[in-house]
Amino acid sequence: MQTSTLILALLVLTAIAYQLGRARSLRVAGGPRGARKLHSLPAYYGLLTAIWCSLPALVVVLGWQALEDRIIAGQVVQSMGGGVQELAPGELSLVLNDVRNVVAGNVKPDAVAPEIATAALRWQRLDGLSRTSAAVLALCVALAGGWITLSRIKPTMRARNRVEQIVRVALMGCSLIAILTTIGIVLSVLYESLQFFRFVPVTEFIFGTQWSPQLAIRADQVGSSGAFGAVPLFAGTLLISFIAMAIAVPVGLFSAIYLAEYASRGFRAVTKPMLEVLAGIPTVVYGFFAALTVAPLLRGVGERLGLEVASESALAAGLVMGIMIIPFVSSLADDMITAVPQSMRDGSYGLGATRSETIRKVVLPAALPGIVGGVLLAVSRAIGETMIVVMAAGLSANLTANPLEAVTTVTVQIVTLLVGDQEFDSPKTLAAFALGLVLFLVTLLLNVIALKVVRRYREQYE
Amino acid sequence: MAVESKTQSRSAALETATAAAGGSEPTARRTVGDVSVPNPVMTCRQVNVHYGDKHAIRDVSLDVAHNEVIAMIGPSGCGKSTLLRCLNRLNDTIPTAVVTGTITLDGQDIYERRQDVVQLRARVGMVFQKPNPFPKSVYENVAYGPRIHGLAADRTELDEIVQTSLQRAGLWEEVKDRLDQPGTALSGGQQQRLCIARTIAVGPEVILMDEPCSALDPIATARIEDLIDELRQNYAICIVTHSMQQAARVSQRTAYFHLGDLIEVGSTDMIFTNPKHRLTEGYITGRFG
Repeated sequence: MQTSTLILALLVLTAIAYQLGRARSLRVAGGPRGARKLHSLPAYYGLLTAIWCSLPALVVVLGWQALEDRIIAGQVVQSMGGGVQELAPGELSLVLNDVRNVVAGNVKPDAVAPEIATAALRWQRLDGLSRTSAAVLALCVALAGGWITLSRIKPTMRARNRVEQIVRVALMGCSLIAILTTIGIVLSVLYESLQFFRFVPVTEFIFGTQWSPQLAIRADQVGSSGAFGAVPLFAGTLLISFIAMAIAVPVGLFSAIYLAEYASRGFRAVTKPMLEVLAGIPTVVYGFFAALTVAPLLRGVGERLGLEVASESALAAGLVMGIMIIPFVSSLADDMITAVPQSMRDGSYGLGATRSETIRKVVLPAALPGIVGGVLLAVSRAIGETMIVVMAAGLSANLTANPLEAVTTVTVQIVTLLVGDQEFDSPKTLAAFALGLVLFLVTLLLNVIALKVVRRYREQYE
Repeated sequence: MAVESKTQSRSAALETATAAAGGSEPTARRTVGDVSVPNPVMTCRQVNVHYGDKHAIRDVSLDVAHNEVIAMIGPSGCGKSTLLRCLNRLNDTIPTAVVTGTITLDGQDIYERRQDVVQLRARVGMVFQKPNPFPKSVYENVAYGPRIHGLAADRTELDEIVQTSLQRAGLWEEVKDRLDQPGTALSGGQQQRLCIARTIAVGPEVILMDEPCSALDPIATARIEDLIDELRQNYAICIVTHSMQQAARVSQRTAYFHLGDLIEVGSTDMIFTNPKHRLTEGYITGRFG
């Protein structure tokens, strides 16, 4: 039986179980009038029956699927004999791949060695057997689950509480998925980074000022020094983030102040959605804009002023990134400013303060922690931003504070290290994970601080 | 306190009812009692307030005398808070509010074009229903007003203003050792006295209080009421309150509002013992409200 058919059959069974459970609850209560004697609404008895009918059966199906392949492979290998079991893991998996190809019909059975063809036949037979037994087992479990629940339905059974308990566990499971995924990603990055630090010492990575992530294949190769000092990358990241924040913080903050305190309702109604549109533009589009419009413009201006501006400059990337972050800063600051209670403003006006005095001395100080939190979130966005810098900042790892030169960032290097054909045991590739780990730690730290600050602010007025 | 009614001017009660143009709106009720006092600090004449379509106050005339506490009572939505907010033009911050009529402070029309709202609010201070100290230190809360108006030449003078204001508000003894702690950390009653100190610090002539005790417990309320009585020696005080006992305890004159009309004004003793208008009587005897 196909898995999809099996699932469909289980669904039908579940639906039937629901109806049966519901009907039985009414019957044990003595007809439709008896619903009042039941602990829970009849639908809860139906739901409970349906859940116990479907959930264990689904677990059986999924568990079977997960183990099936390994068990069959083991069986097949055992049956092949002839020293196959003594093969190295790599060679064994090659042999199994051949078998799988035959089973899947990619290769004709007469095109391979006879023992492979026999193994493939055996595999097919085992596979069919396994599917049938899975289906039988699942259906049995479903029927048994439904039956047991049905037989236990009594007016005193607390069906609602049980259903709610199961739902609560399901909700918790969903929230765990996010946490587990994060932990998984961190662990995998951590593992690869540790691999990298076996090739390159941590101190060299963190304090080295040379970045040239290549390794010589031959000893006499030219230009493959293989330096893994990440300082230029962090310097570049910080430079660009600094330029971006220098644009985004004042502009975003002032626009938020204007929108929250001064703007007429009509102006606000037009401007707020516009800012949100700005936030919705994909970063790759900002990337074009930076590389094709802003960078040449800056170069032209620089030439006229007699300045040397690289065609890919930190300034161009930073400027555009700043524009990208403006709506982020402005909408967060706007929320924080409007969250300051009107009574604060009234109190200040009541003492004869002007509007600007009220904003400067009461509203902004009250909103400041929240605004700082928002700015920190924006910084972590700027540091993690990739597309704009890939297109506009360049690849050369210069250690410079001059915004007119090309610099490179951590994210750009991760992209270039991982694009294309890679071997996963060379420090060149593994360096990307180490960079990712550092980037993750920095943004995590910033986010934690920002959230703490924002939360403390929220409590102040409640 | 009963002296007030003896010295009250004998001039005819002001005609407050005007013919409503168009006639679709009910005519304003005529106020019972004498709305005017000799030598008033503030006067209101034929004040109307609209919030958009809503006519919140109809043709209200009322005077505020020096060194008196005038209580404004009435059921919710009767317009007493609205009138209060007109007296220091705090209604200006509400975009839909339209105020007509004349309100004067020491004979000057406060809605005149030349009138500086900032100056006006320094002279007519306000204490709000919920204590609203700024999220700053106790000291900074009180120093806020003097700072923005440039009332102190140096730090010593500012210290002095802060201290006297806190003393007058009866808060000094409780906070003198923690002036640098946040004002929001004080108890509700202390916060409200801090707000009063903050208002006094600017040196106003009139203090408006919008239900200043409604968020406080009885003990804190009693302290504020004592304070109001002391403050009367230096300021004119308008207090809006929902508690008739409070009005009876702290005020010399009482004004009863009903659905945007000023129904009756008189000495507090008179209003509570011998109300002239049936609506006033109904409200103070608890038949509605």
